Amino acid sequence: MNPKTQNKIAIGTLYGVAGLVVLILLALLGYILVSGLPQLSWHFLTAPAKAFLKGGGVGVQLYNSFYLLILAMLISFPIALGAAIYLYEYARDNWVTTTIRTAIEILSSLPSVVVGLFGFLFFVVKLRLGFSILSGAFALTFFNLPLLTRSIEDSLRTIDLSQREGGLALGLSRWETITRVILPAAVPSILTGVILSAGRVFGEAAALIYTAGQSAPALDFTDWNPFNISSPLNPMRPAETLAVHIWKINSEGIMPDAKAISSGSSAVLVLAILIFNFAARYLGKRLYKRLTSA
Amino acid sequence: MKTTQQLEKQLKRHSKAAKLEIWGKVVSFSALLLIVAVVVGIIGFVASKGIATFTSNHVNLWDFLTEKKWNPGITDANGKPEVGALPMIVGSFLITILSAIVATPFAIGTAVFMNEISPNKGAKILQPVTELLVGIPSVVYGFIGLSVVVPATRAIFGGSGFGILSGTCVLFVMILPTVTSMSVDALRAVPRYYREASLALGATQWQTIYKVVLRAATPGLMTAVVFGMARAFGEALAVQMVIGNAALMPGSLVDPAATLTSVLTTGIGNTVMGSLQNNALWSLALVLLLMSLVFNLIIRLIGRKGRLQ
Amino acid sequence: MSKKHWWQAIGAVIIVALGIFAYQTRQVSHAGESITAVGSTALQPLVEAAGEQYTGEHLGTFINVQGGGTGTGLSQIQEGAVQIGNSDLFAGEQKGIKAAALIDHRVAVVGITPIINRKIGLKNLTTQQLIQVFTGQVTNWRELGGANVPVVLINRAQGSGTRATFEQFGLTNHRSKTAQEQDSSGMVRQIVATTPGAISYVAFSYVNSTVQSLSLNGIKPIEANVKTNRWRIWSYEHLYTKGQPHGLTQRFIQYVQSPAIQKTLVRQLGYLSPDQMKVERDVHGNVTRLEGGKS
Repeated sequence: MNPKTQNKIAIGTLYGVAGLVVLILLALLGYILVSGLPQLSWHFLTAPAKAFLKGGGVGVQLYNSFYLLILAMLISFPIALGAAIYLYEYARDNWVTTTIRTAIEILSSLPSVVVGLFGFLFFVVKLRLGFSILSGAFALTFFNLPLLTRSIEDSLRTIDLSQREGGLALGLSRWETITRVILPAAVPSILTGVILSAGRVFGEAAALIYTAGQSAPALDFTDWNPFNISSPLNPMRPAETLAVHIWKINSEGIMPDAKAISSGSSAVLVLAILIFNFAARYLGKRLYKRLTSA
Repeated sequence: MKTTQQLEKQLKRHSKAAKLEIWGKVVSFSALLLIVAVVVGIIGFVASKGIATFTSNHVNLWDFLTEKKWNPGITDANGKPEVGALPMIVGSFLITILSAIVATPFAIGTAVFMNEISPNKGAKILQPVTELLVGIPSVVYGFIGLSVVVPATRAIFGGSGFGILSGTCVLFVMILPTVTSMSVDALRAVPRYYREASLALGATQWQTIYKVVLRAATPGLMTAVVFGMARAFGEALAVQMVIGNAALMPGSLVDPAATLTSVLTTGIGNTVMGSLQNNALWSLALVLLLMSLVFNLIIRLIGRKGRLQ
Repeated sequence: MSKKHWWQAIGAVIIVALGIFAYQTRQVSHAGESITAVGSTALQPLVEAAGEQYTGEHLGTFINVQGGGTGTGLSQIQEGAVQIGNSDLFAGEQKGIKAAALIDHRVAVVGITPIINRKIGLKNLTTQQLIQVFTGQVTNWRELGGANVPVVLINRAQGSGTRATFEQFGLTNHRSKTAQEQDSSGMVRQIVATTPGAISYVAFSYVNSTVQSLSLNGIKPIEANVKTNRWRIWSYEHLYTKGQPHGLTQRFIQYVQSPAIQKTLVRQLGYLSPDQMKVERDVHGNVTRLEGGKS
């Protein structure tokens, strides 16, 4: 077979593979949305859940998911960013660095239920934070850190070495080179990493069951004083998220419309991630333009 | 007029940039320290709990790894508790390796397509879709598995439909987006002039991809696959819903089986902290930890070999 | 100071001021007493609903109800980390628990029934046949007069309350052979409904038209039979406290045991009230007849 036919066959196969993957993924999305979208209504999105009667909604859970995600990201992003910068820009490539990298990779492959139980014994019981958003956010941070550190480090790796040399040649210190040259260039890629991990955090259930808890007391959306127990901003209240809610009603749900609620919630979850992705992509583009003044 | 002392002081003082440099180094280093502390904390925690089975409950390590009966709640004829983890270890390995074998060609193929053949379509269609799918929670994957994959398996192969095969199907779809997007990163890291040089030498596009780009990206692709395997290995909820959770040696791909994670998730809420049943489950978590360590080391070795050649 | 620094300082002052203001104006009544109940996921909906009603009627209290499983509930109450441990089992039945230090408050009775896939076509089994099915002596439903499909066993997780009760009273202390395990009733019902030849067991409230419940030795799995112990597969739902409860814990437990909850929520959720029982059972499974229905 001559190289040209070989080339054609191979490229054709790759088209086929990519097409098949898109097909699988679209079928999956289609299934979630087709079975879930008919359940959606304004009432469903805003009403509080009902324990055993028909007609409950997911308003509180939806809000909790976002609040928890934001808190967890606020805690984990700076830490992951700092660690990734040190690992890639400062640390020497020796056995200590290798060991740390391996340890981080191992942590990321731990089942989230173990992280959740650790969070339960440490934050909820030992530090007496109770079942609260804060405990949940810390557990999610544990769960998220390895993932985020890795992806930020990979983003830094994609920045050409010449950029660093250029920065240093202009008389900038290493830190200035990193903050003024490398990071702005890496923003879109870092953002992709953050979206990916945010998606995982948003859908995480097992790590939260024992930390943020599985009950969602009704919230008073007119009360924004974070010290009040029914305030949406209170970080010390128990908070069931959407993913935990899906898990719970699928396992022990005794409301008559459990199936409808779970498929509706799945669709909401997927839609939320969709919106989140588009927003982040748009912001990333604008940010890139501003920071590189292109 | 400045004295020489003042001048000396001024000259010896750290410049603003140097101060910033030190500050940045300290801050980023403490962030890394924090992560290391977290890692050490969790690993120490799991290890101390997992080892208790062997130290304070006096279970034989060899029995734990090779016996096939898992009933920590009861004791056998010799008065020893039945804690044989072999079925779960085999189950975990089988399902991880199978799903990685199925997912790898698809993921790398898609990544090559996105990065080398049609970057436009790749960026417009494939990338958003894959990124979106990474975010779909495992609970949702599990339920789709339960309502689509399991009945399909049952219709084709008979039996209950629960088993390694269904688990592999679900995990394949679950890790596909992760492996794909990381493979894309790996391919993107291959310098452009590699491709240009190869094409300039008269190689076809496929030859360039196969002999240059993929070779150069091998360590990155390996990492992508390990990452996918790690995710498959640690995945609990989705697998637990479709594998059947029977702590038996898998006789065939369509018999119910169990993985370390599925037994761990199912049992942990029903046991009492500090009891043998609970410790035995933590031992499973420890095995999980050690096995992913082994995976990591193997891949590192392969990656290093690839670089040397 | 540069302009940027000024803005940062002003921002910080505003945030601190807002924080102090919020703290000063917080609703003191809502920060009152709060208790936490953890444990059995099966019992969670009842306690949660009762907790919501109670806090609605008594402003300034907060009852935090979480799942986590019976084992978690009992180990947390034993360590005193929570105020109430929800359990499907007697504390004495759970290994690693010192039951003497815990006080049992029974709040409901749950009946458990075997369920099978509808296509098997059976409605009644003897206890002997049930044991044969679960120990693997019978592998095809044809042997018991049903359809020609292999038996597919589905167990609850080891250590779950439902499984312990079923093996003790349904299988008369025979152990089920190792088979598929699922950790929740909803999932079990779904699997039994869709898998040919499947058999499992769930609480009465989970039985619906998608599955077939089985009579045992001709006795139907209905509440009337549970009350008299003619249907023997039932168990109590417990709220455990460490030592005598006091304060809000005591008031809440009394509230759950009061007719206000027992006659409404408990029955709406498919449980029986302990008040309705004509018999009482202790931790060893000994049954005593009750005079007049209430102890």
